[in-house]
Order: sequence, then structure tokens, then C-alpha cells
Amino acid sequence: MLKADNLSKVFNIHILGDKVIEGCENISFHVSKGEFLGLAGPSGAGKSTILKCIYRTYLATGGDIWYDSILYGQVNLATIADPMVIGIRHKEIGYVSQFLKVIPRVSAIDVVAEPLLTRNGASANEARKKAGELLERLNIPARLLDAYPATFSGGEQQRVNIARAVIWKPRLLLLDEPTASLDRESVSIVVELLREMKEQGTSMIGIFHDNELMESITDRVYRVNPEISDVG
Amino acid sequence: MPIAPILDVKNLTKIFGKGCPLCHDSTGPEHETNVCRRCGSVVACSDVSFELYLGEILGIVGESGSGKSTVVKLLHFDWDATFGEMYFQNTEDRKQNIDMTIDIDGKNLIALSPFIKRQTRNAFMGVVYQNPHLGLRMDVSSGGNIAERLIMANWRNIAMMRDRASGLLEKIEIPVERMDEPPRNFSGGMQQRVQIAKALSNEPLLLFLDEITTGLDVSVQARVLDLIRKLQRELQLSMIVVSHDFGVIRLLCQRTMVMKYGRIVEKGLTDQILEDPQHPYTQILVSSQL
Repeated sequence: MLKADNLSKVFNIHILGDKVIEGCENISFHVSKGEFLGLAGPSGAGKSTILKCIYRTYLATGGDIWYDSILYGQVNLATIADPMVIGIRHKEIGYVSQFLKVIPRVSAIDVVAEPLLTRNGASANEARKKAGELLERLNIPARLLDAYPATFSGGEQQRVNIARAVIWKPRLLLLDEPTASLDRESVSIVVELLREMKEQGTSMIGIFHDNELMESITDRVYRVNPEISDVG
Repeated sequence: MPIAPILDVKNLTKIFGKGCPLCHDSTGPEHETNVCRRCGSVVACSDVSFELYLGEILGIVGESGSGKSTVVKLLHFDWDATFGEMYFQNTEDRKQNIDMTIDIDGKNLIALSPFIKRQTRNAFMGVVYQNPHLGLRMDVSSGGNIAERLIMANWRNIAMMRDRASGLLEKIEIPVERMDEPPRNFSGGMQQRVQIAKALSNEPLLLFLDEITTGLDVSVQARVLDLIRKLQRELQLSMIVVSHDFGVIRLLCQRTMVMKYGRIVEKGLTDQILEDPQHPYTQILVSSQL
């Protein structure tokens, strides 16, 4: 379903006198339909960079990312036009970032309901109902549903973030440390949620700081530039 | 399955002054000026080309004087472009209801007569300016402001217009009982919302928002932005949002263009522009954000 072929990302920072920073280099892996791939490697190895290149938040500087899209057939995510990326983000690929990007004056339940309103054409009531159920499952207290996530704790924000990405059931889900700021109980709920999604056919690529956890939920682990820590 | 853009703009250019063959080549970001060194004309924008898709919000960001508002004024026919092309793809279900002298499909709107431009604007476009004084008559009632626009779009029945105006004011969260008050009595945030209601009154397919939250305090700003997001979701409008504030752009726009000295220096997905800016100027702009 997705195949990274010699993917590389170099940042060229013009304002620091054309300083060059390497994000990731010669990354090749594939993910089959319904598979859960883990990305492992030392901090700074470029794991997040890879996910952001797939999601097109970063523009890859070398290599290809082949993806079998329902909307457009086989496409190279590294080079296709922006409107097609928007289409794919809308219908196919979801992304859980490390931190919630807060939307001012929008309550937790509406933050989570929004993807359903814009995507599946759900009615406002229906979307809010589903969002409420999902947040309840993620142990967000009912009294917080109408509050603004800007005031939430880190763990609560992260669970809102996960709920927002999971609720519309994307076909491919990119997970960047989704459990980093969660307590053990919340982690197990999230893991259960991800397992369910996998059973329903969602393919996933994930980064987890907890190796044991990663081994237990992924089908396979790809090591990102294992030699980089030696080279420095 | 790439869908056809609703708006296709090519080489849009506006030159203030007599213009000369050197105007284009002696201005722009690489020359750090938009004044032609031979004839002294001001090149407000040049070579502006982009596409806008149905239901999409496109951002234009840049510092003041970069030409971003110029682009909106040209697209809304407030100003005549010096040259350039602009094609508007009408949707099929809208064609039946619209009273147009000619079919504008496939025609370069920039080259059409002022009369057809006005018809096109009344039928398909809405605009909200930074300054409510530009978009509203301050001494006419709010309902009257909306009615004025409906009359231009060939509405004639007073009761229907009143109905429409009260429905719109409700949508933008202004108490209907204040419909007969002139905008002069309203706060800045309320004036801005009346302007939005007026812009929406003819059910436009294209909405231009020019620095609409600049000068509003943050709580009012959040409320206006939330309103825009809601309207976009419910009405499937295509919008062009001009702002110098990346916060506004990040919240509203899927794609963004960065302008400097009248040129587009970079365009891309908004998160890519913010997290992986390519052009040196965009890098400065992004890293200067609070």
C-alpha cells in the first residue's frame, strides 16, 4: 500500500547562511494493507521526519513515496500536486502529532466531532454523539467535554488529539509518539483502540518511545539509520 | 480524479503608472523593490498565477505592501488589472438560477466589459474588508445594508429581503431585534460580522476576506474565525483569505501563497509552508512569528 524508496530529506536553512541539516537519508520500507509498521531509532534519527514527508508537511528532497490511493490510483506522495494531497488527507491518510494544535474557542467535543462533519457528512448531533462516546472511552471526564482543550493537561490534550485522528477511521494512520505523555491506564486504552482499528483494516505507521510497547502492537519494526548514533 | 478549479488565475498584473517593458524585470523580491527603475511605475503585483478549488480556503500571506490586497481587489474587480487572465468555472446547479447576459464559462473575465464584471460580482462573489467602513454604509440600518446587496442581485420583494436579512444576522450571531440599527452603533467585531452577512447575502461561490480580524481583540478575533470555519463547512464556499497573521492562516487555510514585492515567492500546503518553508523570505517570516 505504501512504499518508501530511498527517501531523503535535507533542510536548507537560508537564514542561517544556507546551513544544511539532514533530516533522514536513504529510507526504504514498505507497508502492506492492514499492516502496522513501527519506526525505531535513536532520537534525531529522522523518524518524525519520515512521517512528515509521507503526510507532506515536509517536502522530500530525494527518493519516492509510492502510495496506492483510492482516489487517484498509484501516486508518489513526494511529488503529487497539493490539491491531490488535500484530497488524500481528507479521505485516506490521518496523522496524530505529538502535540495538539489548539483551535481557539472550540470545545473538546467539537474538536473531535469536526472531522466527521467535514468528511462523512454526519449531522451535528450524530457527530457530537460519536465524539462524546470516543472521548468517554478515552477517559476524558464528561465535565471537560464542553471546555476548551487549551486548558487541559498534556495527557488530556494528547487523548483529544488521538480521538480527532481516529474518529473518521482513516485508511492509513501515521502516529508520532501518540502515547508519550499518557499514564499507563490511558496507554492501554489507546493500544486497544489501535488494535480495533487494525482489525477493521486500517494500516498504520507508528513511532513509540517505549520499545516493549512497540514490539507488542506492531507487526514489524523498521530501524531508521541504525549506524547514525555511531557516526554522530 | 483531479477536479477542475473553480477559479483559474494567470499572470495577474497591476502596474500603477505608465509602465514600460522593464517594469517586470526590474522589480520583485530579487531586486527588493516594486518600483520600476526606468519609468518609476509601481508594480503592485505581477505574474500572479494560481488555482482555487471548490470548497477550498486559500491563504495569501505577506507583509504590508507585498501586493496581497491588490490581488483581491483585482479579483473582485474593485480595480482593473493591467493585464492577466481569470477564468471562473460556474457550477451546473447554479447556472439555472443566475440571471446573466452572457455565459462566462471559458471567458477571460479580466477582458470583459465593466457591466459583465459587475454582473459576475453580484452573482458569484462576496468580499469582507479589513475596514468595515469600506464594506458597509454606516448610517443605513444593518438590514438595509444587506438589502442593498440583494437589490443588486435583482431581488425586489421587501418581505423576502427582510426574511433573508434576519436569517443571515441570526447566522452571524447578531440579535435580530437590532436589525434596524445602523452599523455605526455596533462594536468593531459586530460591524465585521454584519459585513460578513452582507457578503454572504447573494449566496456567493467565492468569498474574499481581506485582513478581517486585524484590529479586533483576540476574543472577538477567535469568534469571527470560528464563524468563518462554520460557514465554510456549511456552505461549501471557496475563499481567499488575505492576512499578515500566520495564526489566522493556519486556522483557516489548506493552502497558502506567500507574497513579497508583488510576486508569489512560494505556495504550498499551509502546514508545509509553516514547518518546511523553502524560500528564504518565507523562512524569515515563519521564524519571526511569536
